[in-house]
Amino acid sequence: MTANIGIRKILTSFTRDRANLIPILQKSQAQKGYLSPEAITEIGHFLGITPNDIYSVASFYAQFRFERQGKHTIKVCQGTACHVRGGQQILEAVERELRLKPGQSTTADYQFTLERVACFGACALAPVMVIDDTVYGLMTVSRALKLVAEYRGK
Amino acid sequence: MSFNELLNQATSEVEAWQNSGKIRIFIGTGTCGRAAGALAVLDTINKELARHNIEASITHVGCIGLCYAEPLVDIIKPGQPRICYGYVTPETIVQIINDYILKDNPRPDLALGTIGEGSIAGIPLLFELPMLKSQVRIVLRNCGYIDPENINHYIARSGYSGLNKALRMTPDEIIAEIKESGLRGRGGAGFPTAQKWDFCRKAPGKEKYLICNADEGDPGAFMNRLLLEGDPHSVLEGMVIGAYAMGATQGYVYCRAEKPLAIARLRVALEQAKKSGLVGNNILDSGFNFPIAIREGAGAFVCGEETALIQSIEGKRGMPRPRPPFPATSGLWGKPTNINNVETWGNVSAILQKDGAWYAGFGTEKSKGTKTFALAGKIVRTGLIEVPMGITLRQIIYDIGGGVEGKDKEFKAIQTGGPSGGCIPASLLDLQVDYESLAQVGSIMGSGGMIVADSGTCMVDLAKFFLTFVQAESCGKCVPCRAGTTQMLDILTDITEGKGRPEDIALLLDLGDNIKAGALCALGGTAPNSVLTTIKHFRSEYEAHINEKRCPAGVCKNLIAFYINPEKCQGCSICLRNCPVDAISGDKRMIHIINQDQCIKCGTCLTVCPVKFSAVVKMSGEKPEVPDKLIPVGSWKKSEVKE
Repeated sequence: MTANIGIRKILTSFTRDRANLIPILQKSQAQKGYLSPEAITEIGHFLGITPNDIYSVASFYAQFRFERQGKHTIKVCQGTACHVRGGQQILEAVERELRLKPGQSTTADYQFTLERVACFGACALAPVMVIDDTVYGLMTVSRALKLVAEYRGK
Repeated sequence: MSFNELLNQATSEVEAWQNSGKIRIFIGTGTCGRAAGALAVLDTINKELARHNIEASITHVGCIGLCYAEPLVDIIKPGQPRICYGYVTPETIVQIINDYILKDNPRPDLALGTIGEGSIAGIPLLFELPMLKSQVRIVLRNCGYIDPENINHYIARSGYSGLNKALRMTPDEIIAEIKESGLRGRGGAGFPTAQKWDFCRKAPGKEKYLICNADEGDPGAFMNRLLLEGDPHSVLEGMVIGAYAMGATQGYVYCRAEKPLAIARLRVALEQAKKSGLVGNNILDSGFNFPIAIREGAGAFVCGEETALIQSIEGKRGMPRPRPPFPATSGLWGKPTNINNVETWGNVSAILQKDGAWYAGFGTEKSKGTKTFALAGKIVRTGLIEVPMGITLRQIIYDIGGGVEGKDKEFKAIQTGGPSGGCIPASLLDLQVDYESLAQVGSIMGSGGMIVADSGTCMVDLAKFFLTFVQAESCGKCVPCRAGTTQMLDILTDITEGKGRPEDIALLLDLGDNIKAGALCALGGTAPNSVLTTIKHFRSEYEAHINEKRCPAGVCKNLIAFYINPEKCQGCSICLRNCPVDAISGDKRMIHIINQDQCIKCGTCLTVCPVKFSAVVKMSGEKPEVPDKLIPVGSWKKSEVKE
């Protein structure tokens, strides 16, 4: 129920207009890091559309998550500039370090979620890695692993 | 408030700041600057100023485009020219403060150049540096100079004077001015802006929408991010001018959520513009109303396509629809809608601040003005540049970019236009950069990403990279794009894994042509470009992968292997300790061996092997002789002779 109170609070700042669906989903996700089934149902009631309809929109966009996320989010850029400068190696090294299986993005202890991102637009400093909101440029495998270790305790 | 009152207020604030007699410090805190460590430098500046009791003003500025030299800090001492320092670290900024601010040594060794009047011995003029010399700054006129969060900085540099002028003109006069400038859409397709505006203006309807497309999603592009971070008002001013010319009643900026700083600075700018009566109701007392709202894109590349973007603003899946009807007659909620790219709007404000004829003085006959490009990849000086149309690729890569990085590497290709663009080989380096010339060689202008590939880049892998992207971003609505890109990607994956068949090249070309002809939108229609252009210009690389199972650039993992040269290995065990999968056997003073079955080809051993030994080699298509059991260092040749 507590989840719904949070969502209801968000909904008070919006009109019941379908065009507000994506901004509502964005604000709701910002609260807990992902969209829970309860949140989707609540938003559906508010806008007068079915949860199915909401999933169809939300699943279209890369930004939305439907599962609990790790405490820290590590995003490894896989844009063109990062690709030609070894972004793939950084991603694989972090994957190994976090002991993630193929298809798994969040560690079992919910410390980290690993994402591959198409481009941050910090191409001049490729390869780039972002942890939470901090952008780290000119990555190397060893610097990336050091950063992961630093965030592990945080 | 009238424009003159705003201008007077802005000028007096800026003059008071300039003439305060205080030291002024500017720090580039755009995304690139931050990624390079600008915030740590800022922290040190604050501490040092407090420690020495120095009174100074610190201004956060956007990026001037010299991304390779970030973080950048500029210092103006009263009566002295502005000095730009590059590669600043918390350590060097302490030295700069000590030597230049406290004493009078400007530290030419740490400075990149001076800006403005006057000069300082030993320091070049910044705009005489090779990176900047051939640039023409129209869109980026304020980036790096002004505080993007202070509207008065913008107004004091002619900001909103274009809007003030436009409001005294008729809509037809404004469109004529844009027509004279020759401006074409900077989002990539290059449609004449004046014509697009004219369609929307003439479309019947009281409600009309105007959208700024800031969904910059091409990997390798950061032109729009940089402009929004460095000079958001120039974009807003362009939008209001366009709205007045077309009679638009509501504006949207659709900006990618992955660019949080750009959104934050845009929000600040929008609030300030509203407060000053430059956006919203009764703009500059003209009776014209135009509110602007910001919509954050939720991460779908296809939403850069205008009909998909409209769906997304309406709260739906961002899937394109066939045109016509074009958005100019039936767009957002079925109403006439104009969509232009961030950079187009930034040009509009510049054109109205001066005039169309001035703008048309830059560029070529069909492509007028300037274009910003994000220069990245294997190049010495990466960054954001603005050059007149018609400049050659050679000038961009060598004069501005300084050529390829790495002494042992050679320039191989430049990829323009992002996933929709193509690769241009070294033989075409003297090609002029304009819409038509790029299209002729199978690429596109696109929004302006330029990625340099060198001899260490595998062109098949690069094509696979772009196809992976477009395949993942395909919205799935039309079959040619959904199924076609999947098939092409499967074939390319086979080729890079050594499973390619000789007939695959012809099959890729055939699929590519069909997708181009049959896809619903521009994303699908241009998706095969990277494959088609690499086959056209780098066919031999495809053939090496297919026929010889060899990756000439040494990139494709299934086709390469790492070996330890037994004549060079000194048995130091550094590789063994660093190998993430324990695939190396060895012992002190014994020649190390890589177990090929266990090796994941991450390249760590190659990176960590001390340069003085350089014992690790990467090979494709060949296999050197290596010992099959551990033997002491130095015994390799001997053991061979014995046997």
